[in-house]
Parts: sequence; C-alpha cells; structure tokens
Amino acid sequence: MIAPLGPWLAMLGFGAFHGLNPGMGWLFALSLGLQQQREKVIWLALIPIAAGHALAIGLAAVLVLLGLQVISLTTLQWLTAAILFVFGLYKLFNYYRHPRWVGMKVGFGDLFLWSFLMATAHGAGLMVIPALIGVAGMDMDHAGHGHHMSGEELDMLLAVGLHTGAMLCVMGATAWVVYRKFGLAILRQHWINFDLIWAGALLVAAAIAAWMAW
Amino acid sequence: MALWKPDPSFYPSPKMAMQAPPERHAYVAALNYGRNDQPDAICVVDLDESSGSYGTVLNKMDLPNVGDELHHFGWNACSSALCPFAPHPHLERRYLVVPGIRSSRLYIIDTKPDPTKPHIAKVIEPEEMMAKSGYSRPHTVHCGPDAIYISAMGSANGEDGPGGIFMLDHFSFEVKGPWEIGRGDQELAYDFWWHLAEDVLVSSEWAKPHQFENGLVPEDLLANKYGHRLHFWDLRKRKLAQTIDLGAEHQMVLELRPAHDPRKSYGFAGVVISTEDLSASIWLWHQKDGEWKMDKVITIPPVPAAEEELPPALKPFAAVPPLVSDIDLSLDDRFLYISCWGTGELLQYDVSDPLNPKLVGKVAIGGIVNKKAHPKSDGPLLGGPQMVEISRDGKRVYFTNSLYSTWDDQFYPDKMGGWMVKVNVNPDGGMDLDPDFFVDFGETRVHQIRLEGGDASTDSFCYPS
Repeated sequence: MIAPLGPWLAMLGFGAFHGLNPGMGWLFALSLGLQQQREKVIWLALIPIAAGHALAIGLAAVLVLLGLQVISLTTLQWLTAAILFVFGLYKLFNYYRHPRWVGMKVGFGDLFLWSFLMATAHGAGLMVIPALIGVAGMDMDHAGHGHHMSGEELDMLLAVGLHTGAMLCVMGATAWVVYRKFGLAILRQHWINFDLIWAGALLVAAAIAAWMAW
Repeated sequence: MALWKPDPSFYPSPKMAMQAPPERHAYVAALNYGRNDQPDAICVVDLDESSGSYGTVLNKMDLPNVGDELHHFGWNACSSALCPFAPHPHLERRYLVVPGIRSSRLYIIDTKPDPTKPHIAKVIEPEEMMAKSGYSRPHTVHCGPDAIYISAMGSANGEDGPGGIFMLDHFSFEVKGPWEIGRGDQELAYDFWWHLAEDVLVSSEWAKPHQFENGLVPEDLLANKYGHRLHFWDLRKRKLAQTIDLGAEHQMVLELRPAHDPRKSYGFAGVVISTEDLSASIWLWHQKDGEWKMDKVITIPPVPAAEEELPPALKPFAAVPPLVSDIDLSLDDRFLYISCWGTGELLQYDVSDPLNPKLVGKVAIGGIVNKKAHPKSDGPLLGGPQMVEISRDGKRVYFTNSLYSTWDDQFYPDKMGGWMVKVNVNPDGGMDLDPDFFVDFGETRVHQIRLEGGDASTDSFCYPS
C-alpha cells in the first residue's frame, strides 16, 4: 500500500522543494561563501538555515497536535484547506513581496532567525500541514484516537526531521553545484520565478487538504 | 505581467555587468528653469553607433509642470535585486524615478514598451511627498534590494533641514517614510551610497536649501558653512555609526563612489573646493581597526587667471578653482573620472591602488576661462565637464555641462546652453574626446545621464567578481 507512505513522501518532497527555493537559504549561503572566498562557509551557513526552517515546520507540527486535541481530524483538514487557500491566493497576488530583516553581515543566530522568519512569512510550515495531519492522523487511527500522544509526537518529530534532512540535502547540493560547476551566470539565466511557483504550491496543498477532508 | 526569468539587465557581479552588450541610448535630465516658462524634460539620446540617428536626441518627453528643476534620477530596480537577503529578481529595470529638486515632485517614468518613447506612469505631488517622507528637495535615487532609496536636502515643512533619506516602495511607488531611525547630529544631506556586503551606508553633505536654491552664498562659503563631513550608517539598524569631519575648509563633500566589488570596502568622495587655497580634492574612505578612516588621495590645484576673464564671484581670487562637481568609478574599480567644472577638464586616474591614484588621462572642454570648443561645436563652449557616466564595459564615458541652474548663472553668466559629449577610453588608460559625438541641446541645460540597462553609478552587487 502506497497510501500510508503518502504523507511521509509529501514531507520528503516538500523538503526538497523548499531546499530548491533560492529564497529559503542556499543563495544566502552561497553569497557568504563567495564573499569570504571559503567553500566551508557555505556548509557552515546551511546548518543554522536548516535549523531555522525546522523550527518553522516544528511550529506547524505543534499546531497540528494542539488542533487535534480540540477539534476533529476532518474539521482540522477543512480549516487547513481554508487557511491555505486564502494565504495561497494572497501570495499569488503578492508573490514578489518578501520581509527584510537581515543584511549581509550575519552570524549563525541571524541566519537561524532569518530562515525561521522566511519560512514562516512565506508559509513553508502552513504548506506542509496537510502532510503533517496525514502523519498524525494515521497514528491516531492506530492508537485509537489520541490515547497515546507520544506516538504521534514521535511521528511528527520524525516527519519534521525527514523534511529538514531533505531540505538540507537539496540546499547543499544546489549551492555546491552552483559554486563549483555553473557559477553565478545561473542566477541571471535560470533563476525562475520561484515565488510564483511557491504560491501555486500553497494552493495545491489547499486542494490536497480539502481532498483529504472530503 | 510576472517575469519568469530575472530582468536581463541584472548582473550578480560587476565583472558580469562589464560583459553586457553596449548601451543603445541614454536618458538625460534636461532643464529649462527660468527660461520662457518651459517645462523640464527627459531627453532620449541615441548612442547606437550603427544607427543613422547616432548622437542625436531621439525623443524629448516634456513634463507637465514648469519649474521642477530635474537634477539626479535613477532606476527603480537594478542588480541589487539579486542580493540574497532580499531577493527580488523578477522586478524589472523599467521605471525611471525622477525627482524635481526644486519642486519636490517625483515622477515615475515608464520606459516600456518603447524605450525611446518614455511616458509618465505616476506623479507624486510635492504635498504628498513631503507629508509622507518627512523631507523636501529630493536628490539622489538608488535602487536598493528592498526599496528605492532617495536622499533629500530639506525637511518636510519646506525648511532647511535636517535633510536625509526616505524610501519608496519597489512595487507600488508609495512613499514609505523616512529611512533613518537614529540620525545623531547629521543635518546636511547630499549623496549617499552603500557597501551592501558590509551593511554600511555612506552619506555626504552639500548644504541647506537656502544655501543653494538661489545660488552659492559666498559669505557662507567663506565662513565654511557648507558641508564638510561624511557619515557612515548601520544599514541594518538605520542608525548613524560614525561621522568623519574632513576639516571645515573642505567645503561641499558631494559625490560618493564606493568600490563596486563587494569584497572591497573603500570608496571615493569628491570635495568641491577648499576655502584655504581653492583646490578641489578626492578622499578615500577605508577601514582600519574596525573604524572608518578618510585620506586625501588627490589634490587638484586652482589655475591663475586674469581678473577681467573671471565672473564676479571669482574676481577677488584671480584664479579659477577646479570645482570638482562629479566623480565616477568604472565597474572594474580601476579608473576614477573627475569632473573639473571650473577649469573645464575631465581627469582620469588609475585607482588600482586606491591610496595612490595616478593621473593617466585628461580631456579639456569648456571651462570658465578656456571655453575650449568641441570639433563639432559652434565656437567656444560654456560650462565644463559635469555629470559623468561610464558605460558598463568602461570603454565609453559621457558627460554633460550643467551643474544647477542658479550656480550655472553665477559661474557662467554669459547664458550657458546645454551640451553632451563622449570620450573613448583606452583599455590601459588614457582617453580621447570623440570628435563625432556632440549633442547640442540649445538653451536647454542638461544634467544627469542614465544609460539603458544600467551604468557605473547605478548598480550595486552582492556577489564578488
């Protein structure tokens, strides 16, 4: 059966998708490496960026767990679908706006908070909620409607870890390939409008949440 | 319409910008202040050498109001849009943000669909500009990664100050408000630019509105009341971090040209005149032990002249000061061009070693005493090299002759007209006036030049070459 694997694969896929987005971190790490002329800087910068992103996703997981305490799975799915739909529409018409918080001289703390802010403001956590509900929901089915919360929490933690791991791998690979192989010209020629695709992804996630609730 | 790929005129590094195709036309600020109630205009000049109309004005876009006094202007977006901390790569370098320094009116001019036929997309009236920004007399425009930054000389009530910087929204062109959060004792404004990689903004000092609007005030100059300081700001915290006084005699610190390569944290500032000996000077800012430091790296002396050849303001001095009113740094950070508006010379310095610049080229045209002609001009020329713009590849330099309406009349009282010329640069240094390129604007005066697709005083880069 592929169905039980679905939410897990979604967490993995969204991780790779988030990692590919230049606005989520690899571009920042690359520019720091170039500025300081040390490849190692790229790798060091990716760690707090991934951690900040994980915090945003973790926050979404906490929201799902709390939500399941007070409302039914189906209600939570409908609610998620509605929020995702509204936010996705907003992003569709405002895809070009980004929060500005840092500059170029950043420490690990800055990068961590910046990454958390970017992921939150752009709805990275919101986007994975349907998959997180899937992960939690399956566990609820097995455990008999929330009697053993530790199982769900563990699954959520695993899901967040899986997502972050995939993101870190894709981010690192992209930064490395650009740094070593393609060079900066790729930014001019192949930096497709990820913000617009991102808005589309939010709407797709809304549709999936609605389909799951149906 | 959303762009799927970045605007092709955005470049991650200065080196990549230098490989860009040559510019095909220039936008030139043309002013008619005090002349027959004619409005100012943006002129489009053909720079395409293969074109039949090369070196002529292709189009003149008149503004709807009289008396704006166009001065400096800039693009809405540029290569800084690729910076990783605020990436907006799918913005377009499409709109010219054109302030009227006298009227405090802002024009947003659209260069699409036909870049040779720009049209007004939006006008921000002075009342709105002043109410929302807290400032008046808008001056320098820079396309930042997160907003359009504009410096202004006066305060919102139309009074003398303090002047500062305000922000314009990238997308809607709404005035967002003043930029500074903590200005300290900074009061005078003029130019500003930044080292994005260092999170540092640098700003310079010209004067208060009453000290320039009706002409240079000689008593204030001799009393050293014009600006003589440079300010270093924390670009992130929007706070003044350090101020350096060049010495009260170094009057009017104007144009700022930071190194383009984000790995270099130095830059050049031009001083118009020293009240001690009438010389002009170029200063280098650089970091030492975490502090900013300024060193005078070039001094340009005045030239003795007979009293009868001089305008009234200069007769007591029996000399022509160089009056350095603009400088510009090539994208490879190698050549610094210096406009000597008084003596009528454009100087080219090799600044590969920024602390030890070497004079490598010189062209002479106009000048208070010399009035040197151009091969294609109709006799001697008034005015001198003023606003300089370097092509991205560094091979061509263009400049105009007008400084500011009332100052033009003081230093060139014989009714100066407007002209624009071109210089061809030798790759190893040295340069020649292009004998075939001379744009005569008649009575209309011309000031800043912006080149299609960007130039050496537009873009900022976040990635090293």
